[in-house]
Amino acid sequence: MKGNTAGKLEKILSSDGFAITAECGPPRGADAQVIRNKAQVLNGYVDAVNVTDNQTAIVRMSSIAACAHLMAMGLEPIMQMVTRDRNRIALQSDILGAYSLGIQNILCLSGDHQTFGSHPEALNVFDIDSMNLVRMVLDMREEGRDMSGFDLKKPPRMFIGAAANPFADPFEYRVIRLAKKIDAGADFIQTQCVYNMDRFKDWIRMAREEGLTEKVHILAGVTPLKSEGMARYMARRVAGMDVPEPLIKRMGGVPKKKAAEEGVKICLETIAEVREIKDVHGIHIMAIEWEEIVGEIVETAGLMPRPTLKS
Amino acid sequence: MIVGEQKSIEEIKKIVSPYKKVLILGCGTCVKTCFAGGEDEVAVLASALRLAFKKDGRQIEVEEFTVERQCEDEFVQESAEAIDRNESVLSLACGAGVQAIARRYEETPVLPGVNTTFLGVLEKHGLFTEECSGCGDCQLAVFGSVCPYTRCAKKLLNGPCGGSREGKCEVDPETDCAWNLIIHRLKMLGQLNNLRVYIPPKNWSGSGSCGPRKLIRKDHIL
Repeated sequence: MKGNTAGKLEKILSSDGFAITAECGPPRGADAQVIRNKAQVLNGYVDAVNVTDNQTAIVRMSSIAACAHLMAMGLEPIMQMVTRDRNRIALQSDILGAYSLGIQNILCLSGDHQTFGSHPEALNVFDIDSMNLVRMVLDMREEGRDMSGFDLKKPPRMFIGAAANPFADPFEYRVIRLAKKIDAGADFIQTQCVYNMDRFKDWIRMAREEGLTEKVHILAGVTPLKSEGMARYMARRVAGMDVPEPLIKRMGGVPKKKAAEEGVKICLETIAEVREIKDVHGIHIMAIEWEEIVGEIVETAGLMPRPTLKS
Repeated sequence: MIVGEQKSIEEIKKIVSPYKKVLILGCGTCVKTCFAGGEDEVAVLASALRLAFKKDGRQIEVEEFTVERQCEDEFVQESAEAIDRNESVLSLACGAGVQAIARRYEETPVLPGVNTTFLGVLEKHGLFTEECSGCGDCQLAVFGSVCPYTRCAKKLLNGPCGGSREGKCEVDPETDCAWNLIIHRLKMLGQLNNLRVYIPPKNWSGSGSCGPRKLIRKDHIL
């Protein structure tokens, strides 16, 4: 496997460990304390923290700045970067800047479409797509060049992540897309939230048959549900999300006060099942605006203590 | 063809209201086909405007004329007398037509009566869909003749995003996912292997990002 960053995430994954990442959304404001508070509750429970880049196309504190705040608290960030808002010039410039600050992990995404966000009248960029972004970061690391072919004096050496959605259509194409992302340079993959375990296992099996699981570290995405309403909303309204009806019914089958507890229970069952799959090398916990639950999930799942590798 | 949509009567009234004599100038090619600015639309709009101004107690003369193509000088010349008789021109052509008329008649206000929207096709009666962005670097051969630059809301070159569901786009469930169409076509053509090919970043330099484009055909210059 390519790459040799000094990051903790890469060390754990390349030494056959089981990695835990979580998500941290920057605030809709300039208060660094919000990030610090989220970092506080995640600290010690996860190996690296994804910092979203204006997720759902809503203007928030920049991912790079929030990553810097996390690092100051001793957490290792995974900087998410979307191609929606920046052209190739800005993307490369921000990657150089991010690396200069010590950011060593990147998750390359195209980004939620702006019509879903706070500025639907905005012009999007999409100069390149997420696949091209993966390749760009790889070329910077391996060839030491920017996209124009210019030799960089100190090339950024980042551990490269990409997203995969095993649940979107067309299903047969999902593994081909994964193969393309790996060829383009992805070192690790974080998946869309796993609720449909059968389909997830099918996807992993197909990836295994193509020899892909040998080439990349797959982290299964999980999101604890808080209520039946949330489950239904995700099933119906969130693009690319697959929440099976029995799971929604299960959330609705418990008293409202106990729903969050049930959601955590489902999440723990998912984690246990995912850990049984040999080709899954970790989990990515996306507790949306519920970061304080992450510690409890990691602890109850029996995933503590976390490795204390120095990043 | 170039697809356009006539502006609302309210907006048109506002645009032409400073003038006492208005020529509504139709265009008999693209905008005729999409029912925005052909001879029939000119007639309907003229009647509507006359009625509206009469109701408002305004004395505005509205004349009608349609040429084959407003973007070609040869056809534009046919409207010379009608333009001279009027104070202003409301062009029902695409934006290119409006500018071509304005270029020829420097002292006449030439106003747009149509919102030019896209390069598209007539998919079925009453439905026009955008299919081409005029990017100047056509790669349709790789994509089974379905353009992802134009028809994918994220301009994805290397496959569908995670939001595609049942063949529809996450941005608009009424719109086909371009990548679903590409995969379908490639399957029909026995070219599914194209999907495995990495498509490098697009060269946008011919797309209009360097200012207005020109096509020079030396062999046709007199």
